Amino acid sequence: MFKALSSKNYLPCAVVLVVLLLLPPILPRFYTYILALIFVTALLAMSLNMVVGHGGLFQFHHGVFYGVGAYAFALLLFKGHMPMWFGFIVAPLIAALVGLLIGWFCVRLTSLYFGMLQISLGSLLWAIVFRWYALTNGDDGIHGVPIPSFVSSVSNAYYFILFFFVLCVGIMYLIHRSPFGMTLQAIRDNPARCSAVGINVKRHQLIAIVMATFFAGVAGVLFVVLEKSVFPDLLFWVLSLEIFIMCLLGGWFTFAGPILGAAISVALRTFVGIYTEYWTLILGVLLILLIFFLPEGVMGFFMQKFGKNRAKESVPAGGQDAQG
Amino acid sequence: MLRVENLYKSFDKFLAVNGAELAVEKGQLVAVIGPNGAGKTTLFNLITGMLKPDRGRVVFNGEDITKLPPHEICRRGIARSFQIANIFPRLTVFKNVQVSVLSQQRKSTRLFRPARTLAREETRGILESVGLWAKADTLAGALAHGDQRTLEIAIALGNNPQLLVLDEPTAGMSAEETGTTMALVRRLAEEQGLTILFCEHDMEIVFNVAQSIMVMHQGTTILQARPETVHNSRQVQECYLGGA
Repeated sequence: MFKALSSKNYLPCAVVLVVLLLLPPILPRFYTYILALIFVTALLAMSLNMVVGHGGLFQFHHGVFYGVGAYAFALLLFKGHMPMWFGFIVAPLIAALVGLLIGWFCVRLTSLYFGMLQISLGSLLWAIVFRWYALTNGDDGIHGVPIPSFVSSVSNAYYFILFFFVLCVGIMYLIHRSPFGMTLQAIRDNPARCSAVGINVKRHQLIAIVMATFFAGVAGVLFVVLEKSVFPDLLFWVLSLEIFIMCLLGGWFTFAGPILGAAISVALRTFVGIYTEYWTLILGVLLILLIFFLPEGVMGFFMQKFGKNRAKESVPAGGQDAQG
Repeated sequence: MLRVENLYKSFDKFLAVNGAELAVEKGQLVAVIGPNGAGKTTLFNLITGMLKPDRGRVVFNGEDITKLPPHEICRRGIARSFQIANIFPRLTVFKNVQVSVLSQQRKSTRLFRPARTLAREETRGILESVGLWAKADTLAGALAHGDQRTLEIAIALGNNPQLLVLDEPTAGMSAEETGTTMALVRRLAEEQGLTILFCEHDMEIVFNVAQSIMVMHQGTTILQARPETVHNSRQVQECYLGGA
């Protein structure tokens, strides 16, 4: 257990990173763009998994905080004419503040009620963005957000996004391994037992939500850097469902699973989307197969199969949930 | 150390605890006995804040803790185990106890130091003293039932409590496991000077181990006294020991 962080785990990560750094000059622009989009989506899914997979919270409308981050960033630049870095710092903070507000109400409820309240409050925000034409341009969205020229090309945006993706995932990893992260996993497993060992469960959950929504805000900013536009769909519940599925798909009890889930999901949407607009049909079938054959997600499955050391992070075969 | 005064709790119209009285002195091993449904578990839940009483007071070290939430009561020095194994199944045995030690040390909100470097010695000490150190890296959910119950106690010990509340520590255990567990409970009381409040069905165990016994029947305290006195009490024999 104590050697889980050993250098042999770093090596594959480093190799992947080097490959990713070398890709843009070789790849066609379109693929570079898709990869960058995968990083943005993966960061979003990772932020959701902080509270879903590791916190056990029914964060059903996480997309809202992504949208808030993106809109805050776009509006600061487009209407406020603020410098990009100012927007970059402030937008995730606004997302975290909204996360704090919504979370403050939601942690008072448990499980499904938590999720339902969040869907309602989140949909309210979506409705505001959709209707407040003067500020947000409604369903037209905002296009042509003035992104500085040094990140405006696709390959520059790619490097920019990759840098912040790696930075954020690194911070998330530290949090995951910290006493806070461990306590959060304990709360996921058994909240009542946690309060019996002196842990203020609701406060921990709220802190986790604020952190997760902050990272969702960062993902929102990165999305705008890549797309230079925002639209209300970013806050729509369909997207929230999609990132929830990414977590399940990749393996929500693993750390890096959601990255894989996001990659699969974005790739499906892009490449199956070429042939049919009903790509969600494929995703649905995939999800059904997943529930039956890989209940621990793709990453969870491979960890159980090949990584003895890391498999301990996920649950052993057989339903241990009955203990909860 | 702990005083329960005239405690009442009802669920809908069922009076689960109906005027319970209890006194625990420092260093004592106190047992609560009573037939099924006598309200023992409810009483323990009221003491540890998992439930709020309708009436009455719980006083710990001179402080009224009746209205405090569970985590605050735990911080005052009362730790508990549960009747059904109530552990963290997806975490390793080591982490199960470490979570509790970190909480005791007020480190649960630390964000950037790896947890694996913290509270290791304390956690190891506890796991060794309950005999689970060899299984430290096993997932708690994969442990045998008896070991899970022992882990229950180990988690509670992680809080370094003054008072340990054990809700039927030997429920569902084999005779051998029961013996080991009770020996452990006794040893903890002797070696660490822990005050222990527990409830138990096995009368032999209770009369062997406890220094004071409180008898509950239909939510009411019949009496609390030394084991000999309880053994000879006609009132207790009538309502509980079945007049044998």
